[in-house]
Amino acid sequence: MHSLRLRMDGRGVVDGFGAGEAIVSRQAMSFFGGVNPRSGIVIENGHELEGRSISGKVLVFPRGKGSTVGSYVIYGLRKYGAAPVAIVNTETEPIIIGGCVLADIPLVDRLDRNPIEMIQSGDWVEVEGNIGRIWVTKKRRLLTQQSEQ
Amino acid sequence: MFITKKEERILNGEEGEARRLSMKLLVAIGDAYEAKRMIRVRSAQISGVSYKTIGEPGLDFLKEFSSRGALATVRAMLNPAGMDLTRWRELGVPEEFAQKQLEIMRCFRNMKIQPTCTCVPYSAEGASLRGQHVAWAESSAVVFANSVLGAYTNREGGPTALASAILGKSPLYGMHLDEQRTPTRLVKVRCELGSELDYGLLGYWIGEGVGSHIPRISGLQEAPSYDELKALSASMAVSGSIPMFSMKKRADMSEGHEAIDVDREELLRTHRALSSEREFEHVCLGCPHLSLKELRLVARLVSGRKAMKKLWCFTSRHLRDIAEQRGYVGTIEQAGGKVVCDTCMVVSPMREMGVNGIVTNSCKAAHYLRSLNRVESHLVSLEECARYALA
Repeated sequence: MHSLRLRMDGRGVVDGFGAGEAIVSRQAMSFFGGVNPRSGIVIENGHELEGRSISGKVLVFPRGKGSTVGSYVIYGLRKYGAAPVAIVNTETEPIIIGGCVLADIPLVDRLDRNPIEMIQSGDWVEVEGNIGRIWVTKKRRLLTQQSEQ
Repeated sequence: MFITKKEERILNGEEGEARRLSMKLLVAIGDAYEAKRMIRVRSAQISGVSYKTIGEPGLDFLKEFSSRGALATVRAMLNPAGMDLTRWRELGVPEEFAQKQLEIMRCFRNMKIQPTCTCVPYSAEGASLRGQHVAWAESSAVVFANSVLGAYTNREGGPTALASAILGKSPLYGMHLDEQRTPTRLVKVRCELGSELDYGLLGYWIGEGVGSHIPRISGLQEAPSYDELKALSASMAVSGSIPMFSMKKRADMSEGHEAIDVDREELLRTHRALSSEREFEHVCLGCPHLSLKELRLVARLVSGRKAMKKLWCFTSRHLRDIAEQRGYVGTIEQAGGKVVCDTCMVVSPMREMGVNGIVTNSCKAAHYLRSLNRVESHLVSLEECARYALA
């Protein structure tokens, strides 16, 4: 059947392809002190994703914040097998770029529509880091497709 | 971005794998920020030194990177490590942790990087940094360097600062460009600030309020001291991704900027959110590392007395050596305190050392200890911390 697949164009910052379920944060993220590198679980006190795992997901958030040691935490997430499969930022910054280069995680930002509003946690997102394009399949549609199989 | 023939050869791996990866990283950043080219930097300051923060993967990365022939080509310095590199046993650092930390130090030494192990790299600079381009990673030092010292640096990551140490270069964008250093938010302070803790709370509040903008702070009754500026820089960099602030009297604001007000009530609210009103057995000072002036003040406050609580004062090895000559270290240690160097309460394994809560004057430490170690902090000024240790 026809599936609703939304295309958004932006800037490819770190190349590679990653696809997975989205986890979306409206708040900026600090990886150092904010994410456990072994489990991929957000541990920042009071953060909207606190207690949730970013492992294996397409992580969508506005921008990085906090200590620059965050890049090593992203590298650590990869080493321990708990990394997100791709990252989408509204506007990225060096902590996230550095981490994504070392951890080989595709990174896209500056999309033509606000990813924080267009993507909901649970949506299926494909990220093409080379050309800065993402494809979003809405959650409800995906569940219908799965139940039909 | 434009890259020279030599840079292209490095990118193609003609000067080895470590230099290739360094260049790949800096070019990715440069492209993302529409940098025109690379510039030379005078120094690099690298974060991600403590085993507690970088863990096994960080150590694995450094081992691999250093074994591929990585060598610093400019003055390269380090952020604090996870322990005092000589007195760690005395402070209860676990043996296993210490061995990992020493392994990290060997990696950096092999790369010809100086084991300065401090978050205040500017305290050991002989010459002025005004107008100098550097590549520093410690976020509080970045804000301080840009705002107070007049240096030019972006907020580097551990890996990018390491890449700059290897190549002696950084992409020309952001805080390296004069036109990017114009304040875009006006913060009006509507109350008096009494201590370095107040400046820390103000910084934390500003970081939460302005995100990645450059604030111009106005309305201060008095010019802040060096140590107050240090506290302001540190907390601002923790709660926001601010690269610098301005306190210039003459407005050099961007057009259409927003103005926000902060009063005592806002600072009290910030204090309540960060501080636990419980009693703790450890008093920790030195996030960022204590200056000589602060060490002198602590020495004066505890001189001839006996500390009833554990009193740990963190500073750099460079400053501790000077403080020792001046007698501050002797005074503090005679009172039962310890002047610890190469590390701080944020990057040392506090829980493993038997600490579950501290009394401190640092908003940055309070923020990270809670999220990183589940260690609570009771926040009072430096003077009150010293008195608390004696009571």
